[in-house]
Amino acid sequence: MELVKVEDLRKYFEVRTFTLPFTKKPKLYVKAVDSVSFHINEGEIFGLAGESGCGKTTTGRCILRLIEPTSGRILYRGENILDYDKSKMRILRRRMQIIFQDPYESINPRMLIRDVVAEPLRVHKLASSEEELEDMVARALEDVKLVPPDDFMYRYPHELSGGQRQRVAIARALILNPEFIVADEPVSMLDVSIRAEILNVMLDLKEKYKLTYLFITHDLAVAKYFCDRLAIMYLGKIVEMGDVEEVIDNPLHPYTKALVAAIPVPDPKVKIGEIPIIGEVANPLNPPPGCRFHPRCVYAKDICKKEEPPLVEVKKGHFVACHLYSKG
Amino acid sequence: MRGVDVGVAAMPVLSVQDLKMYYLVERRGWVRAVDGVSFDLEKGEALGLVGESGCGKSSLGITILRILPFNAKIFGGKVVLEGKDILQMPEDKFRKEIRWKKISMVFQGAMNALNPVMRVGDQIAEAILLHEDVGRQEALERARNLLKLVGIDPSRANSYPHEFSGGMRQRAMIAMALACNPSVMIADEPTTALDVIVQAQILKLIKDIQRRLGISTILVTHDLSIVADLCDKVAVMYAGKIVELGPAEKIYYRPLHPYTAKLLGAVPSVKGKRRRLEFIPGAPPDLLYPPPGCRFHPRCPYAEEICKKEEPPMKEVNGVKVACHRVEELWNL
Ligand SMILES: Nc1ncnc2c1ncn2[C@@H]1O[C@H](COP(=O)(O)OP(=O)(O)O)[C@@H](O)[C@H]1O
Ligand SMILES: Nc1ncnc2c1ncn2[C@@H]1O[C@H](COP(=O)(O)OP(=O)(O)O)[C@@H](O)[C@H]1O
Ligand code: SF4
Ligand SMILES: [Mg+2]
Ligand SMILES: [Mg+2]
Repeated sequence: MELVKVEDLRKYFEVRTFTLPFTKKPKLYVKAVDSVSFHINEGEIFGLAGESGCGKTTTGRCILRLIEPTSGRILYRGENILDYDKSKMRILRRRMQIIFQDPYESINPRMLIRDVVAEPLRVHKLASSEEELEDMVARALEDVKLVPPDDFMYRYPHELSGGQRQRVAIARALILNPEFIVADEPVSMLDVSIRAEILNVMLDLKEKYKLTYLFITHDLAVAKYFCDRLAIMYLGKIVEMGDVEEVIDNPLHPYTKALVAAIPVPDPKVKIGEIPIIGEVANPLNPPPGCRFHPRCVYAKDICKKEEPPLVEVKKGHFVACHLYSKG
Repeated sequence: MRGVDVGVAAMPVLSVQDLKMYYLVERRGWVRAVDGVSFDLEKGEALGLVGESGCGKSSLGITILRILPFNAKIFGGKVVLEGKDILQMPEDKFRKEIRWKKISMVFQGAMNALNPVMRVGDQIAEAILLHEDVGRQEALERARNLLKLVGIDPSRANSYPHEFSGGMRQRAMIAMALACNPSVMIADEPTTALDVIVQAQILKLIKDIQRRLGISTILVTHDLSIVADLCDKVAVMYAGKIVELGPAEKIYYRPLHPYTAKLLGAVPSVKGKRRRLEFIPGAPPDLLYPPPGCRFHPRCPYAEEICKKEEPPMKEVNGVKVACHRVEELWNL
């Protein structure tokens, strides 16, 4: 069952440019997300990966309407939430939450942990008494393995380790019993020895509460352990999408191939080889015509410079946007 | 040369012996960031110094290069470069002969520290002029050659840092570290802020340079995969100390220290099968109050009484140096 469906999502940011008086310059846009479509099944972990600036965060925030998309449709249980008014959106917000890379984006450093976690309950007026509120906070802290909860409730965020703070952010996201969570690089700032602890907590919670995740990461190794399906973005577009093992072990798009080839592995006998890619990523203000990857692609053909390749299914469930795989 | 009974051929380029450097934090005491660290760096070798953030890697680098902040103090040890203890050398002499000329460093995050209003070529030339008695023209010429060496078109010497991509700026920093032909280069998290494709290109550059110029390199990083790609030898650091040291293959295929073993279990590999990763419960200790005995004992699944009381000595086991009381017993060695 599809929980979330994104159709032709676009987000263009207008950029200010310096102009002389009386000259009319065309407005410039960063096409941060440019016609992105995918769906997330209920109970699934859908990964969104790619290098910094490719549009992952913007996509995630548009889905939650934390920023307004330029165009497109976002269906949640079949309804286009871009048509929702404020009050309908407010109710929906309880079901969709976000976890940021930096826990301080959702944690007020001057609040006690208890109040940080309880804040959404207060905002939505969901606890009938202080005791009930405290009970709910304690349960949320237990869920993220901050135990015993009494040891954490009356402390301040800075008294916790980075991993513990991220668990507080997760507890806060969970307290409203959401169904869908956007996790934007939730472990990127953490050391490797504690990363897995957070990821395992997230997996346990997913089982326990039947959650669905959109997991944003720049780290394909982490994606491989955590996600069911994976989409790779390049300059605002999805270039490849499929089961995580398919995409990583058997990449089809020339960009995904380069990305996977560039990743070091923790094995001294395996060295990074030649990386099949040319030059550096283009300026997002002025993306290349045709396939946006064509100036860097070692397989580019004539058509790649002119026509944009559509995202097509080349194997069951494995989608690629590349002319090399188009029929005919 | 007397006193070097192992023979000159086997003498390491750099030998760090029981080095200690602490930071004073007002009203709280000493942060024991580098606490009895020893290792040798052989000629042309790439040593990976790996550990989690805050374990003292950068502190070790700046102690070797003697560029310490005002609140730092060296509490002992030796840094022997080509047979001479350079830790005791007068600062004047150290600046003239060692820093940058024999040992240079690519600093963590330094690619964002280039002077924004100065052309890149001039900045590299400046580094040369500061350390060597050459003319401006010659320095500029060398700067251009250095840019070429690190894969940047020499004509770009006239560009400003903002005209460079992140990867190019990092290349320029490497060029600067190579400016005076050092015998040792310390690269501190040289790819941490970069995307993975650029990272791979920078790692390749470091490998190439190391091979072509025979520079001995210390690669400082938190990333075990990067070390596996680049280094022959690995030193695993935890809470201010090296806990395991040896050839990369031995360490990765048969880690002996419980910390190394657990850490490797936590590293995801893009080539691995999907599974739940392991983690190490707890967090590294505050180095103001490091735990007694083995510093890893509060997180170690194998800790026993002795581990809480006595500091484990470095022992040589199976060609690897390990600081763990129980190592033989744990692995039936
Ligand atoms: N508020 C904004 N205004 C202008 N440009 C933005 C804004 N937010 C993001 N961008 C641009 O949009 C692109 C995508 O950004 P982002 O979604 O943050 O990428 P990612 O999360 O993949 O790193 C980048 O080029 C970024 O600079
Ligand atoms: N100038 C300083 N004053 C006090 N403590 C410091 C200073 N610099 C670093 N530290 C502390 O020293 C320890 C080691 O830090 P560092 O060498 O930067 O670790 P790493 O490079 O491994 O991340 C940390 O606990 C850090 O907080
Ligand atoms: S569409 Fe063409 S240019 Fe783009 S990635 Fe595929 S082959 Fe390369
Ligand atoms: Mg982002
Ligand atoms: Mg550091």
